[in-house]
Amino acid sequence: MAKSTYVYVIYIRTTPEKLWAALTDAEFTQRYWFGMRSESAWKAGSPWKLVDGKGEVWDAGEVMEVDPPRRVVLRWHHQNKPELKAEGDSFCTMQLEPEEAAVKLTITHTIDREHSKVIEAVSGGWPKVLSNLKSLLENGALALDEPYHAKRAS
Amino acid sequence: MKDPNLLFKALADPSRRKLLDVLYAHDGQTLGELCTHLDMTRQAVTQHLGLLEAANLVATQWRGREKLHFLNPVPLQQLYERWIAKFEKPRLNALSALKRKLENPDG
Repeated sequence: MAKSTYVYVIYIRTTPEKLWAALTDAEFTQRYWFGMRSESAWKAGSPWKLVDGKGEVWDAGEVMEVDPPRRVVLRWHHQNKPELKAEGDSFCTMQLEPEEAAVKLTITHTIDREHSKVIEAVSGGWPKVLSNLKSLLENGALALDEPYHAKRAS
Repeated sequence: MKDPNLLFKALADPSRRKLLDVLYAHDGQTLGELCTHLDMTRQAVTQHLGLLEAANLVATQWRGREKLHFLNPVPLQQLYERWIAKFEKPRLNALSALKRKLENPDG
């Protein structure tokens, strides 16, 4: 299988509607996605982009499939780092399934090549982003303010 | 964390940690492929995978008739935030640097 796939699963005590809003509202994503705005009209075929606070586009693509509040598939092309951009399109599926008092969020990120640097790069990011999202939805506070811990002055 | 007790229990067994390492090296394997890395019966591997799945450390997806197993690193990130990051990280860094230096004087 000439494919790199990573799967992330997190259970969040919330409703599918609230989680959907948290994933698709750029003002909200900015709060837990380390300042990144996930911008799109969220219709099939709409452009999608992930933009930082300075307006720089890190990732761009389009909404391939959308079924609120259950599932969205994004074509995801990294734009910022040349060696990652060269790998071309990856695909990110977000699936929301209610399970008792929580919602199971499954993120599947795939690219059609082995040992992908794009997938390696996102693999460090997703667990932190999801953990922050969970804390924000459940407790109204973030787990991490920065993706990488700044060294404390001692 | 889904249930921290399940997570610590899942991590407490060397065969289950081996399974996580095997998935880290090559993600998305079938039960049959995973069995080739461990010297135990198929049933035993199935049981270990069940506990890893209950702890949310392994996620499964069907690809046609094949059930593929993926390492889910999210609970490990949560464990890190809850049990490591908050406990005086600079001091731990200093200690691990000291240990590295003493154990590998040339490295």
